[in-house]
Amino acid sequence: MIGVNRNGQVWVFAEQHHGKLEDTGLELMSKAKELAKTLNVQLGVVLVGSNIKTLGQTLVRYGADVVYLADHPLLEHYQTNSYTKVIFDLIHKYEPQICLFGATVTGRDLAPRIASATKAGLTADCTDLQIGEHQAGKDGPVHKNLLFQVRPAFGGNIIATIINYDRWPQMATVREGVMAMPVPDTSRKGEIIEIQVHLKADELPLEIIKEHRQDKKVNLKASRIIVAGGAGVGSKENFRLVWDLANALGGAPGATRAAIDLGFIDRDHQVGQTGTTVRPSLYIAVGISGAIQHQAGMQDSAKIIAINNDPEAPILSLAHYKIIGDLNDVVPRMIKAVKERA
Amino acid sequence: MNEDGTVNRAALPAIFNPEDLNALEMAIQIKDKFGGKVTVVTMGLPAAGRVLRESLFRGADDGVLVTDRRAAASDTLATSYILSCAVKKFNPDIVLCGRQAIDGDTAQVGPQCAEKLGMGQVTCVEELIDLKGKSVTARRATGHGWQEVRCKLPALLTVVDTANEPRVSGGKRLMKYKNARTPAEVAVETKAANAGADETTLKKLTEEACNKLKAKGLLIKQWDLDMIEADLKWCGRDGSPTKVHRIQSVVLTAKESKSVDPGEDGIRSMIRELIVDKTIA
Repeated sequence: MIGVNRNGQVWVFAEQHHGKLEDTGLELMSKAKELAKTLNVQLGVVLVGSNIKTLGQTLVRYGADVVYLADHPLLEHYQTNSYTKVIFDLIHKYEPQICLFGATVTGRDLAPRIASATKAGLTADCTDLQIGEHQAGKDGPVHKNLLFQVRPAFGGNIIATIINYDRWPQMATVREGVMAMPVPDTSRKGEIIEIQVHLKADELPLEIIKEHRQDKKVNLKASRIIVAGGAGVGSKENFRLVWDLANALGGAPGATRAAIDLGFIDRDHQVGQTGTTVRPSLYIAVGISGAIQHQAGMQDSAKIIAINNDPEAPILSLAHYKIIGDLNDVVPRMIKAVKERA
Repeated sequence: MNEDGTVNRAALPAIFNPEDLNALEMAIQIKDKFGGKVTVVTMGLPAAGRVLRESLFRGADDGVLVTDRRAAASDTLATSYILSCAVKKFNPDIVLCGRQAIDGDTAQVGPQCAEKLGMGQVTCVEELIDLKGKSVTARRATGHGWQEVRCKLPALLTVVDTANEPRVSGGKRLMKYKNARTPAEVAVETKAANAGADETTLKKLTEEACNKLKAKGLLIKQWDLDMIEADLKWCGRDGSPTKVHRIQSVVLTAKESKSVDPGEDGIRSMIRELIVDKTIA
């Protein structure tokens, strides 16, 4: 644990695999930059790996004021213990006030381990981050300039703002696509600090025997049109309707967590707080009631069509076009109308 | 919700978290194949005894309920501290947990426990491949495919829902353990069965009932924070760095919205509109 350090930087962990930076880390930098400006401190980016020195400059172009670069052969592949040790040491040396991680599989493996070692708080899957003040109780002390960690809460349509006012750094993870990708600026200048790494192979409990890379089956973030199905679609067979409409529109099929848990479609298609956040030109919600966790992932779509047989479904209040009816009738009619246009 | 924005767990049923069932299944399979003993540890209100009973039905050898008022309002950091104190008492070779809980979805408690236990961790395990010598080999999902990794023991593994199909309760085991109870459950049941009895009588009756269960091997272990030698500074509200600043109900902003007739004409005119404004290319 480190104390409250008002001069501490705002940090982002820049995840990379095989020399390629993950989008989530870069996206986080745009938000972190805003937070750093509000706090009047620098944006620090932590980069860990092997043979990654050239990425330091890339991160400066994306907005880093300082890049902490840990380059060592034993850091070539992500490993919980080695990465935790490097970042834990860095946190204790430089005492950042905020540390942000992408909520990727790696980020969700690493951030809690570091938080535990540091005895600091960590909020998972934030959908927004802001700077604000908090008063502990009516007459309690006012804590200024805290990180507001905003996330949909347990049950119901509730948004919780979480804070950590004493055991720093303030740590949070953010899902892919929640923040906008910054535009690189080749004229930017920043400082790159190379970190001395002391690691021994026999201290690491893990050995990677085989690795198989397989890209996601669908790139929802890049799709202009998304047709998403929920539990209301009813069955895997019936989910064919969602695929057919997506194909007719040249879009991608998405799904709610409930539909995925029911086995209607692969997890790569999940839209929402714990899936991908999307902002397509058109989002068609088929048989989706609209839990807040799902809304968090699609509410910024330019146009939303909601098809539901329940006139009380929350998703309808987000929709530009509300269609109250049986999806088994409505979706085939839509496919027909789309095909007719030519 | 409680007034301070924490969850009022007493108002919720104690359920077996789905991915924890996958973890239990993996533990039982390890036992069947390589031997060993399966102990289930849970932290919660007395009602969580049900989860331990279900574990016994499915094949666990032993269970412990960690329950203590002073553990209330624990965030993931404090929860992992308390759980790791309890787990340490067993000195296990392998600790299995579900990847994440279905309420908060944070996936934090597993890695935080591993750190506190000083163990290596393998998260998102899809398959346990081998267990020999002093290491475990497993396949884990990486988000970009998978990895096969070997981890020195002791190790903590978090298990995903695709890893296996959890077995159902065995009939014989169900008959054997259906009356297994934690002391806290015995106290609640004794009180319900003896309405109007005074505290001293209730205490005595509870103790007698517990002793009877114990003699039959049906008294489930129940520990408080003192018994696991937890430092209270790291438990409950004091041990939780994250606090709730505020809770807001979401007020949905009414957008410019149209109701569309679900008939063919209504749909056709909507699609036409979307083509005209170039939403559909």
